[in-house]
Amino acid sequence: MDFLAPTTWAAALAAKAEHPDAVAVAGGTDVMVEINFDRRRPPALLDLTRVPELREWAPEAGRIRLGAGVTYARVIDELGATLPGLAMAARTVGSPQIRNRGTVGGNLGAASPAGDSHPALLAADADVEVASVRGTRRIPVAEFFTGVKRNALAPDELIAAVWITPPAGPQQFCKIGTRNAMVIAVSAFGLALHPARRAVGTGIGSAAPTPRRATAAAGFLAGELEAAGLWESRGELPDALAVEFGARVRDAAAPIDDVRGTAAYRLHTLSVMARRVAGWAWTEYRSAA
Amino acid sequence: MRISLTVNGNRHDVDDVWEGESLLYALRERMGLPGSKNACEQGECGSCTVYLDDVPVCSCLVAAGQAQGRSVTTVEGLASDERLHPVQQAFLECGAVQCGFCTPGLIVSTHDLLERNPAPSDPEIREALAGNLCRCTGYEKILDAVRQAASQ
Ligand SMILES: Cc1cc2nc3c(=O)[nH]c(=O)nc-3n(C[C@H](O)[C@H](O)[C@H](O)COP(=O)(O)OP(=O)(O)OC[C@H]3O[C@@H](n4cnc5c(N)ncnc54)[C@H](O)[C@@H]3O)c2cc1C
Ligand code: FES
Ligand code: FES
Repeated sequence: MDFLAPTTWAAALAAKAEHPDAVAVAGGTDVMVEINFDRRRPPALLDLTRVPELREWAPEAGRIRLGAGVTYARVIDELGATLPGLAMAARTVGSPQIRNRGTVGGNLGAASPAGDSHPALLAADADVEVASVRGTRRIPVAEFFTGVKRNALAPDELIAAVWITPPAGPQQFCKIGTRNAMVIAVSAFGLALHPARRAVGTGIGSAAPTPRRATAAAGFLAGELEAAGLWESRGELPDALAVEFGARVRDAAAPIDDVRGTAAYRLHTLSVMARRVAGWAWTEYRSAA
Repeated sequence: MRISLTVNGNRHDVDDVWEGESLLYALRERMGLPGSKNACEQGECGSCTVYLDDVPVCSCLVAAGQAQGRSVTTVEGLASDERLHPVQQAFLECGAVQCGFCTPGLIVSTHDLLERNPAPSDPEIREALAGNLCRCTGYEKILDAVRQAASQ
């Protein structure tokens, strides 16, 4: 096995171009488990922790450009108020030790249907910036997940950053697990209200082959709010509307039975989580008036 | 490959490190520092917790090569001379150690908590130690030990 340890982004891209079968390692919280258990023996590891560009985040063109190597602990400490949905999801990841090491880029690289950052990124309409020696491209996060633990990266590409617009409305994240720490989601749901464009963003976790949106449910909720003039009046969210939204989110999922839960339980939890987070977000929207 | 790093203030040059091996393995098997324990090798138990450049991490999930040139502090580095660190002393006095396998990781995590927050509430203690599992004590005496260490 080779151990490649580039110290600049350009060198990292050159190394990936030269060794397309090298496995990138950032926090190692997915990769090292696989190596420790002999599930993976890549010909080379490409350590990204020495690339300073990946550890940076900055406001740029009205958005936040979050370097792929920013850890969950830093998202929580430094961006808790700016990117509330992602920070909420980050707080539920693993344990302090895992949050100190694990990165949003690593979550996207692993592309697990249960990755906790994914529902938040989907709801917030994030874009993934990927790069290779050939150039840079931006992929809407909904198009980034291509299958179970598969993503849109070409063999010579690395994830550079995630672009997220700081929200003009409330964001929420909710996750079902057996305890408060160290839990892979049984199911998860992220919600964002986009009042300026009268839209709703959604993200479903752990209840389909990939993280996915509940597009029809989001359109339904946004449309009903519009029809009743609620975006302007900031009146109460009708219970029946929240319940129907929950049901439509549930209908967008395609879960399986596994050791963490049955498909039926996942569907039920999604309808409950979606109803609840809609209520929480709407209460926040009303009180922000 | 060879890696050079600082562990508990001492420089170590370690040869024949396999590129896929963990920092935990290198510490225990190549540097003679068996304090950090290997109980799960998958980040779940926290027995292998060490400081990597002042940040507590599971050393089983750090590739040894990622520690090249960096500074590591293990449980062995917390006591000064022959005197136990107050966190270690509190674990002993409170009966927070049974088989002891989880103890090194809990000591490092508690040390980090009290560095950041000298007077943690119970929920803050539980949150800070959520990545450290103990199969023996039932955690009550561990919480007692953290409270005692904080009060000193
Ligand atoms: C005990 C434990 C608990 C966990 N709990 C959770 C949880 O609650 N929620 C959750 O979502 N996840 C959880 N995880 C999984 C893991 O921590 C996350 O997926 C994390 O985001 C991975 O980030 P990393 O930097 O450690 O990734 P790594 O392990 O370094 O890499 C993960 C994958 O991404 C690739 N990769 C990394 N960076 C890049 C890049 N810049 N460009 C291209 N590819 C890249 C790697 O090649 C690899 O395929 C847990 C893991 C453990 C061990
Ligand atoms: S051995 Fe590293 S967390 Fe269990
Ligand atoms: S004392 Fe035995 S595992 Fe904690």
